[in-house]
Amino acid sequence: MLPKIIDHLAPAASVKTSRRAFLVASAAAAGAFVIGFGAAPARAATGAAVSAAPAPFDAYLKIAADGKVTILSSQFDMGQGAYHGLATLVNEELGAAWDQITVEGATGDLSLYGNIVWGGAVQGTGGSSSITTSFDRYRKAGAAARMMLVEAAAKDWGVPTAEISVKDGRLSHGSGKSAGFGDMAAKATLLPVPKDVPLKSRQDWTLIGNGDLRRYDSKAKTDGSHPFTIDVALPGMLTAVMIHPPKFGAVVKSFDATKAKAMKGVVDVVATPRGVAVVGEHMWAALAARDAVAVTWDEAKAETRGSAAILAEYEKRAQDKPQATARSDGDATKALAGAAKTVEATFRFPYLAHAAMEPLNAVARMNANGTLELWAGHQLPGLYQGIAAGIAGIKPEQVVLHIMKTGGGFGRRGTPDGDIVAEAVMVAKAIGYKAPVKVQWTRESDMRGGRYRPAYVHRLKAGIDAAGKLVAWDHHIVGQSIVAGTPFQGLIQNGIDQTSVEGASNLPYAVPNLRVGLTTTEVGVPPLWWRAVGSTHTAYATEVFLDQVAAAAGADPLAFRLAMLAHHPRHAAVLKLAAEKAGWGKPLAKGRFMGLAVHESFHTFVAHVAEVSIEDGAVKVHRAVAAVDCGTVVNPDVVKAQIEGGTGFGLGATLAEELTLAADGTVEQGNYDSYTPLRLSAMPKVEVHIVASDAPPTGVGEPGVPSIGPAVANAVGRATGKWITTLPLTRGMPS
Amino acid sequence: MPKLNINGVDHQVDAPDDMPLLWAIRDLVGLTGTKFGCGQALCGACTVHLDGQPTRSCQTFVGDLTGVKITTIEGIGGKVAETVRQVWTDMDVPQCGYCQSGQVMAAVALLAETPKPTDDDIDAAMDGNLCRCATYHRIRAGIHEAARRLEA
Repeated sequence: MLPKIIDHLAPAASVKTSRRAFLVASAAAAGAFVIGFGAAPARAATGAAVSAAPAPFDAYLKIAADGKVTILSSQFDMGQGAYHGLATLVNEELGAAWDQITVEGATGDLSLYGNIVWGGAVQGTGGSSSITTSFDRYRKAGAAARMMLVEAAAKDWGVPTAEISVKDGRLSHGSGKSAGFGDMAAKATLLPVPKDVPLKSRQDWTLIGNGDLRRYDSKAKTDGSHPFTIDVALPGMLTAVMIHPPKFGAVVKSFDATKAKAMKGVVDVVATPRGVAVVGEHMWAALAARDAVAVTWDEAKAETRGSAAILAEYEKRAQDKPQATARSDGDATKALAGAAKTVEATFRFPYLAHAAMEPLNAVARMNANGTLELWAGHQLPGLYQGIAAGIAGIKPEQVVLHIMKTGGGFGRRGTPDGDIVAEAVMVAKAIGYKAPVKVQWTRESDMRGGRYRPAYVHRLKAGIDAAGKLVAWDHHIVGQSIVAGTPFQGLIQNGIDQTSVEGASNLPYAVPNLRVGLTTTEVGVPPLWWRAVGSTHTAYATEVFLDQVAAAAGADPLAFRLAMLAHHPRHAAVLKLAAEKAGWGKPLAKGRFMGLAVHESFHTFVAHVAEVSIEDGAVKVHRAVAAVDCGTVVNPDVVKAQIEGGTGFGLGATLAEELTLAADGTVEQGNYDSYTPLRLSAMPKVEVHIVASDAPPTGVGEPGVPSIGPAVANAVGRATGKWITTLPLTRGMPS
Repeated sequence: MPKLNINGVDHQVDAPDDMPLLWAIRDLVGLTGTKFGCGQALCGACTVHLDGQPTRSCQTFVGDLTGVKITTIEGIGGKVAETVRQVWTDMDVPQCGYCQSGQVMAAVALLAETPKPTDDDIDAAMDGNLCRCATYHRIRAGIHEAARRLEA
């Protein structure tokens, strides 16, 4: 889940490349060059608008003779439904029968697949941008394909195109002539691509906005037939498990695999720059031999601090002046000094693991013709192609990517160093490419393999005037940069990593004196974007602190917010809708309390109201009511599903997720007994209410996450008068 | 060599007795619907039925399965299973789908045992099946809906 790369840019059909996007794109291309990707094409380097006249049958869809339509997706699907969304966009214009549709991942030409929201120079999935980047592109592809099919039929039948109708994958003429898409596909592909491709008017849509449409890919997910990377089986394929360094930054010094190599089914044990690989005929052969390998590590450059020490240092630094200023309105220092009342709080956020259900994996096969095939969840395909080519010593175009849908992701499949993909190539190379190899991490490898939502400390101060109005807000964030030293470091401008401050520096409330500062720390724990990125901590800190301030001002949290949201009607609207549907202000059952929060992430607006009780010192969330404004809704049921799931994902982290390092720098959690995502019994009843909107579409994969945590904490605050400032709640509950 | 009866078919597998059933099913027999999530019976993605009982195949060993009927997601059938599958697609329960083989196996076992489960029954039967996409809201609703359809 990459950060939004273009900020404050209307995510519309007419997206233009901002200077910021250009800088990012250039930086990404330059970074890729360093790691052997080669310079991005000229089109990408200039950040020019992508092609408006696609060649649909080359780029975006294939129609087989049997009428089956395969849509080629630029966007990666980790479960969020991006493929389904793109299928909906194409088929709204194309008119195929819904059960003829499948979707595959595609990669290659950036002019076809580059993410328009990111300026078009990088193909990738993140920042909840899939629908935004695809909205015009894939509708146009479907419309152009339909025009070409109609044209082919018109020529074949000797009738005007205007007399041909299209329905459920069939072309028909009043004379009784009729043909399936498959019958005309071959002829259609030979026709010129139409220059002018009109799109349906909004009122004529039948699929976009249709809540009854079911996901095309659900059935295969109920009978075990849906293929994941773990299911890839190639002739002669071997399976490798990894022994990674016990501390981040350590490398292999030496290893003794004598015993392991003598075990049945073990093919080889090899060192790679990322650790030792035990290669077996199958998973169990490799796994059973793993403990028999003795590895000595060189820890000279390893991170040897524990997370308690890291957070203690952050807390200290949070008291100092920030390194850089992300936003400064008025004079926060002066306003604080002159305030009638001040409020202060320090918030502590732990490292978080993605812990997707499918532990990381990738399959590599070097072919006799010199091409290298890679099966994995290629969230940043162009980058991975370059990285793989660099390791194998071949050209990027010799690397063939098979883009697999993954068992979750939440950001973990989009790494700037390509980690699991790179590792598969390293292992294949280390065994001399003698067989295809699947590298399959165990749960413990996945949990301890790094790439976490970084830990942060936030220090907040607010000033209220005599009338109870919020007049000063001073916010200092301390933590690691996700993008520093990566191909995405163009996101750092004037010392501010946007992914560290997003959600805080664009605080929507009208506060005359406001300062948001950042101190970026250097820690050897590899960070990564984690579903909703900066908003996973900024939403919590700002919205919980705001409730503290409202309480100090003696104000109702809803009224206090709405009074400061006059210039942010979309925030206000979702907040009001959620509050109304939840029954905010109405009497609750004894022992029940409500809290609310609102947050914008990736141009989508979500408010949550949580209804909780506290039993034996533990928080139980009974009901969560969400309201979402994501502009034009393509798949209403997917929007609901993503907000429901995001609510559970965010709630799980708030309640009990925490990744910690022991005092020597080793990760303390290994499996789902010690790192504990939400389980079914803790899932509240969830209601999702969608704001009807004609605004350009924005994403929903991430925006359901940020506001549930602060809504829960604010309910606890109203129940106890104490606000939870240390997460997770298992650690930070007031006693 | 252990013999496994999977979905009504006998398979002689070249495996030590302490090999987890999960890996025998996936890598030796070649049925990949049963998923690896944790290896420690903590997530339920590898759930199969042993003589009809939902069981974590990652902590079940091939040497212990003489005379046991093993059913995987590929082999589960009958009215309850078909109803659960139909509800799962009608309600779009899956997101990424990786845990869903295990969810379906657990839900089918629950409904076979308890045709009209309460929320507490569902909590007890399904809490061991993690879903990182947190589709729990729909899993719960789906089980209630399947129970309703099976009763009708």
